[in-house]
Amino acid sequence: MIELRDITFGYDERPVLAGVDLTIDDGELVLVSGPTGVGKSTLLGVVTGLVPRFSGGTLSGDLLLDGVSILRTAPRDRAHVVGYVGQDPAAGFVTDTVEEELAYGMEQLGLAPESMRRRVEETLDLLGIAELRHRDLRTLSGGQQQRVAIGSVLTTHPRLLVLDEPTSALDPTAAEDVLATLTRLVHDLGVSVLVAEHRLERVVPFADRMCLLTGDGRVQVGTPAELLAHSPVVPPIVDLGRAAGWDPLPLTVREARREARALDLTPPPQPTLVAAPAALTARRVTVSHGHTVAVRELDLTLGAGLVTALMGRNGSGKSSLLWALQGTGRRQHGSITTSDADPARLEAAQRRNVVGLLPQNASDLLYLETVDEECAAGGAGTRAILDRLVPGIPGDSHPRDLSEGQRLALALALVLVARPHVVLLDEPTRGLDYAAKRSLSGILRALADDGHAVLVATHDVEFTALAADEVVVMAEGEVVSSGPVRRVVAESPAFAPQVTKVLGAPWLLVDEVVAALETA
Amino acid sequence: MSARLPRDVHPVAWWLWAIGLATAASLTTNPLVLMLLIGVATVVVMARRSDQPWARSFRLYVWLGVAIVVLRVVFRLVFGGSYPGTVLFDLPRIPLPDWVLGVSLLGPVTLEALLAGLYDGLRLATIVICIGAANALANPKRLLRSVPPALYEIGTALVVAVTVLPQFADSVRRVRAAQSLRAGETGRVRRLRRFVVPVMEDALERSLALAAGMDARGYGRAAGLTAAQRRTTGALMLAGLCGVCVGVYALLDLTAPRFLALPMLGLGVVVAVAGLVSAGRRVERTRYRPDRWRWPELAVVASGVAVGVVGWWVNGHQLLIAYPDLSTAPEISMVALVGGLLGAAAAAAAPPPREVAA
Repeated sequence: MIELRDITFGYDERPVLAGVDLTIDDGELVLVSGPTGVGKSTLLGVVTGLVPRFSGGTLSGDLLLDGVSILRTAPRDRAHVVGYVGQDPAAGFVTDTVEEELAYGMEQLGLAPESMRRRVEETLDLLGIAELRHRDLRTLSGGQQQRVAIGSVLTTHPRLLVLDEPTSALDPTAAEDVLATLTRLVHDLGVSVLVAEHRLERVVPFADRMCLLTGDGRVQVGTPAELLAHSPVVPPIVDLGRAAGWDPLPLTVREARREARALDLTPPPQPTLVAAPAALTARRVTVSHGHTVAVRELDLTLGAGLVTALMGRNGSGKSSLLWALQGTGRRQHGSITTSDADPARLEAAQRRNVVGLLPQNASDLLYLETVDEECAAGGAGTRAILDRLVPGIPGDSHPRDLSEGQRLALALALVLVARPHVVLLDEPTRGLDYAAKRSLSGILRALADDGHAVLVATHDVEFTALAADEVVVMAEGEVVSSGPVRRVVAESPAFAPQVTKVLGAPWLLVDEVVAALETA
Repeated sequence: MSARLPRDVHPVAWWLWAIGLATAASLTTNPLVLMLLIGVATVVVMARRSDQPWARSFRLYVWLGVAIVVLRVVFRLVFGGSYPGTVLFDLPRIPLPDWVLGVSLLGPVTLEALLAGLYDGLRLATIVICIGAANALANPKRLLRSVPPALYEIGTALVVAVTVLPQFADSVRRVRAAQSLRAGETGRVRRLRRFVVPVMEDALERSLALAAGMDARGYGRAAGLTAAQRRTTGALMLAGLCGVCVGVYALLDLTAPRFLALPMLGLGVVVAVAGLVSAGRRVERTRYRPDRWRWPELAVVASGVAVGVVGWWVNGHQLLIAYPDLSTAPEISMVALVGGLLGAAAAAAAPPPREVAA
């Protein structure tokens, strides 16, 4: 249906895509994958027409729709064929209620009022958002916003749906809902889907074909099983399969379980948890915004030398809790004690020395033109910390030109230079690939070994398994379960990483299985 | 009776109704009439507003009205030194230097001065409250969306601008909190930079994302206009606007030749409407569930217009009712009373608002 022929794209001398050939057939789900910054979004942009119109750069090659070139067609004139949902669905909303948003695209195409009405009703049912129809878009949760965004492009009946990281901001359950919706579209309506995603463990089971960007501008296209055998980025389940030498590689938890029955492993040694001295103790902390109670009489202790993961669905009060622990967010009741003082009673400059917080949008911290200037403004020692976190960032580069992981490290260095005992991180794994997540987990481990207490809010169960010692799960502003990561993960299957799903309770990481295989 | 089933009334109807009330308020200083108009506006808002966020803004306008009245009275106290009449109490007059000749501070306070301030403030407050009522009854965004098809682009730009404001406030709050988490320059100018750069970057990124999103969804698709058609439309619009400008100017400047006044204004409006229609006819866009004009809308508009017309009649024929003497208690005539109450008919005519599950 859509065919990319020898697509080459680059900015000045920096090539991004070189001679890309890709064909997308009707009713196919194609997954675009690869490490961060290899041009996944650019490839999607070429298909929607937003690249090079909104990005600059030079594009050559050809893009055919049923054999007719549409390379020079503006995105607006492709709108009836290609539907596009960006990384942040809320940023693309034009109207203010769900129903109007669904109708917006059809209004632009000039559809007859009767068919608009019919399609809006059909789409509301198809995506299961009928009860949201009159809601204000800004009051919806992340998963609901994502489904509305998908619905709003579906109403124009596009033949191809292009999605850029549709689940990156969603909690595991909401992500599964969105992916189930996509599969249903492919199966029932025969829509083709082109989707870029970092967290392969979520999408691989649904993909018909994969398009792997290798980093030199070229792509490899094939079935997921073929490509994942050699891909630099793979979900944990494939890592496990490679380690155990399974052939063909299992792509779903079900397939892997069948293979795993043959394995005979001695369970990993249980690390004995020493009771850590408390670095921060919160008692009956309550935060409310107007009539909504974000955090309700919550008790929490952060042990020095431990990494604690804070999980829970979108809107369960994680960010509110972090800001309240840091002292900037106002709490209605409760007390917070650290080794120094209650951070809420300190001036902002002293607060930094007690509790450090890396906010959800790390680039809010940065405002200067080069990394060197940022480090100088941060104070003596910032550069040294940055080099320890991520070595070799050129000092004269602009913070906005850094990769997602490097920018995160720069912001973290600026927070850490005040030498806080407690470090809080809000969703740091957004947009990071597996390698970057592994190095972030190493950074957190090093901080904990230095005696810091680390609390990291995340949706990413694989990252939690990798990085955390303890897990706290929040719902509606209250703690619903907490404890060592192995126990919590065994108790709630929704938060279990793939290895636990395949091998059962004590197993958490691929590395443990590898070690056990070697000794066996 | 299907027109009276719960639904949203056309926003233009509410605005015309409110303009009628505001017109009546601007043509009188009679506190009884003004209070009557405020009462009518409040009753209609209470009866017919929905439970959407904008509906709650009415209270803000009422407070704004109260502030206006208080300010007016205080100004009269401070600056209204030499108003003749019954002296209530005497404040020491503060002499001012020569170059502010004719202005004096404080001095004897007369009942008339305070009443004049009160009446005047009440008039302005009533107008503000009428506008507030329209805002609470009709979604301002839906009003923008009911512009003629030819002006659709401008309407969308305004809707987006309205949406961006709260996001901007949100971004400012977020960056302020984030910057307090790190060390950095503390000088006056440099601190501003710390704050402005991330906010601007954020705003720019958002606008680009929105523009990309709108473009990918077909905003601004070519409507198939030829160059000649586009020129005709443009010429009609420009000529029409010029005509309207000249007409308005001549209407207000009484020394201008009379044939430039109403006739020119009329001609300008006709040409501009022709331009709008010519542009609108070639627009390929359609509208989803447009607000419809049915008899309740007409009744709402009629009730507003009636209030305005009665106010205008009272202003011309019952001068003492419209501008009561400050030395006696104000009175109200039967015509003014009935005229004011006509505004409340809108509440009876309009259907109840749609229930929206939160």
